[in-house]
Amino acid sequence: MALSPTPAPPPASDPVLELRGINKSFGAVHVLRDVDLSVYEGQVTALVGDNGAGKSTLVKCIGGIHTADSGEYFFDGAPVTVNSPRDASDLGVEIVYQDLALCDNLDIVQNMFLGRERRRGWVLDEDSMEQIAEETLAGLSVRTVTSIRQRVSSLSGGQRQTVAIAKAVLWNSKVVVLDEPTAALGVSQTAQVLELVRRLADNGLAVVLISHNMNDVFAVADRIAVLYLGRTAAQVSTSEITHSQIVELITSGQTEALGPGAGRNGVNR
Amino acid sequence: MTSSVLPLADKSESDAPESPVVTHIKDYVARLRGGDTGAMPAVLGLVVLCTVFAIMRPRFLSAGNFANLFTQGAAVTVIAMGLIFVLVLGEIDLSAGFASGVCAAVLAVLLTEHGWPWYAGVLAALVVGAVIGLVLGVLVAKVGIPSFVVTLGAFLAFQGVSLLLVKGGTNVPVRDSTILAISNRNLAPIVGWLLAAATVGGYAALQLRRNRSRMRRGLSAEPIAITGIRVGTLAILVGLAVYVLNQERSRNVVISSLRGVPIVVPVLVVLLLIGTFVLRRTPYGLSLYAVGGNREAARRAGINVDRVRISAFVICSTMAAIGGIVAASRANSVDSNTGGSNVLLYAVGAAVIGGTSLFGGKGRVLDAVLGGAVVAVIDNGMGLMGYSAGVKYVVTGVVLLLAAGVDALSRRRAEAAGLR
Ligand SMILES: Nc1ncnc2c1ncn2[C@@H]1O[C@H](COP(=O)(O)OP(=O)(O)OP(=O)(O)O)[C@@H](O)[C@H]1O
Ligand SMILES: [Mg+2]
Repeated sequence: MALSPTPAPPPASDPVLELRGINKSFGAVHVLRDVDLSVYEGQVTALVGDNGAGKSTLVKCIGGIHTADSGEYFFDGAPVTVNSPRDASDLGVEIVYQDLALCDNLDIVQNMFLGRERRRGWVLDEDSMEQIAEETLAGLSVRTVTSIRQRVSSLSGGQRQTVAIAKAVLWNSKVVVLDEPTAALGVSQTAQVLELVRRLADNGLAVVLISHNMNDVFAVADRIAVLYLGRTAAQVSTSEITHSQIVELITSGQTEALGPGAGRNGVNR
Repeated sequence: MTSSVLPLADKSESDAPESPVVTHIKDYVARLRGGDTGAMPAVLGLVVLCTVFAIMRPRFLSAGNFANLFTQGAAVTVIAMGLIFVLVLGEIDLSAGFASGVCAAVLAVLLTEHGWPWYAGVLAALVVGAVIGLVLGVLVAKVGIPSFVVTLGAFLAFQGVSLLLVKGGTNVPVRDSTILAISNRNLAPIVGWLLAAATVGGYAALQLRRNRSRMRRGLSAEPIAITGIRVGTLAILVGLAVYVLNQERSRNVVISSLRGVPIVVPVLVVLLLIGTFVLRRTPYGLSLYAVGGNREAARRAGINVDRVRISAFVICSTMAAIGGIVAASRANSVDSNTGGSNVLLYAVGAAVIGGTSLFGGKGRVLDAVLGGAVVAVIDNGMGLMGYSAGVKYVVTGVVLLLAAGVDALSRRRAEAAGLR
């Protein structure tokens, strides 16, 4: 495959979500250093990097769990501040966290609507929530769940993952971030989740997918962003980079073909 | 809605035709097996205890003793109802007993020594309870001290406040007839029947309405036969209770007649209904379970975790205040030991015996009533058999440990079955 020496130009449209120069420290640990990230509608952007590179921390900054120490957050081109999970979901940004963040003692419906319950007056509108949850799950081709009034604790890893994803797409969201959604899954469930990820993007959502599996990344991603020790090592289009180059970027932060600091002077303008 | 643009999958192929009642019962058995024991242990325990005591001491089954059970167990049950809110969060309030004592002392002092009308005294007691809860909740949620330590400190402090309020070893009598009526007077028999009918009828109407609305939306509804069994069981139990309570209990009818449902019973029922409604039907109740189940998940869902935790302590201490008022009514007085000795442990025991988990995330207000009944029956039955307070404490303590053991084991079982 012919390699272009410079990263591809950004897609025609402007990014729906853009981060510039994000810094985040936990005490003395400087986890994120001037991180840039652009996410586009209708595309799957893979976010890759070694363990501890700062992917989950970046995701938590996007989702308002952590507040970045410095840096800019743009949504639809406008600067915004996201200081709480509410702020993020109000923008239409939904996160499926690595540790899922489901309440084991609640059932599927309750988990999907948690914090944003439908109500009639003071009372929960259980029936309409159940109906919408059922439709959403059916829309995601989830057939393995016997009852959506089942406690989440009784679900398999893949089923839990699907519930978490269904929870994220329930809300007319524009950006869905998935932190290692296939890490704990078997072959067929991984394929199902990846298919689902692709379908979400094809339906016009901006999807960010974190994964350590390069086969998965190349199978579904349109663009790849690489984090190396808390810095953006590159943001490139999938068609312009090879497997081995990505691995090089992940492990050393640079690759000859792209040169050092591809993310800095590359796509992100 | 994203779901509408996604291809719709075929719904799960329906199982082999099976009567809905059978499916329902199978579901229930599966839940029991999975460690979700619900009300089962408490109900079984209650049946066994009542049978044993009835055989050993026939007087246990007399109408008079039956009425005693309610008035004896009421204060502990109310305190336990409040504790449920804190236990659902996975926290504990060890000071609820003495908080009830402090509130009772406030009530008694205001009524007897300052001549306040009963409603002003009750309001003051409730406000004191709420403020106590607010302080405890802020110390736990905002300052970050474990609830065990906060409420252990408060346990001692409130005991001291109680002593100060009632001035050492004396006791403050309560003479207000309205307050005394709560634990000492009864409803007219006909009123008892009307309330019973309203309770059963209301329950049946709610169940049917819910089933109909679910059926209209094409959701799986409970089979009508199961609803019938539920309503029927409730009708029999309530009917039997009211019938027995409406029997003459006075030894000498010429001097005074003593019959009817003790007023404290409808008080308990109303608290049970309100508590159950809040926990089961409101977004607030759901947020309590969410915080108890996975605090971080609740936070990420945008729930204000601190506020939820503080509010649970406010509810708990306010309920303790109500418990204190009931206790003051029953004793006709308040002393420095009101809400002390075994009250807190009986209340925690009632909640846990009823099926509320000490690990958080699981509990119903009904648990307090069922567990409270078990505790009251043990206390009452062993009293009838002439056992000393010492033996009663030992037995109740062992029963509490037993219930906590069942809680821990069923949790392990649920874990093993992948249910947690
Ligand atoms: N709350 C925290 N407090 C202190 N340090 C933290 C915290 N969260 C993350 N870190 C540190 O930040 C670094 C990045 O962690 P992060 O979880 O973002 O990595 P990751 O790229 O998601 O790794 P993985 O692929 O293993 O999930 C790690 O060194 C971690 O120890
Ligand atoms: Mg991570």
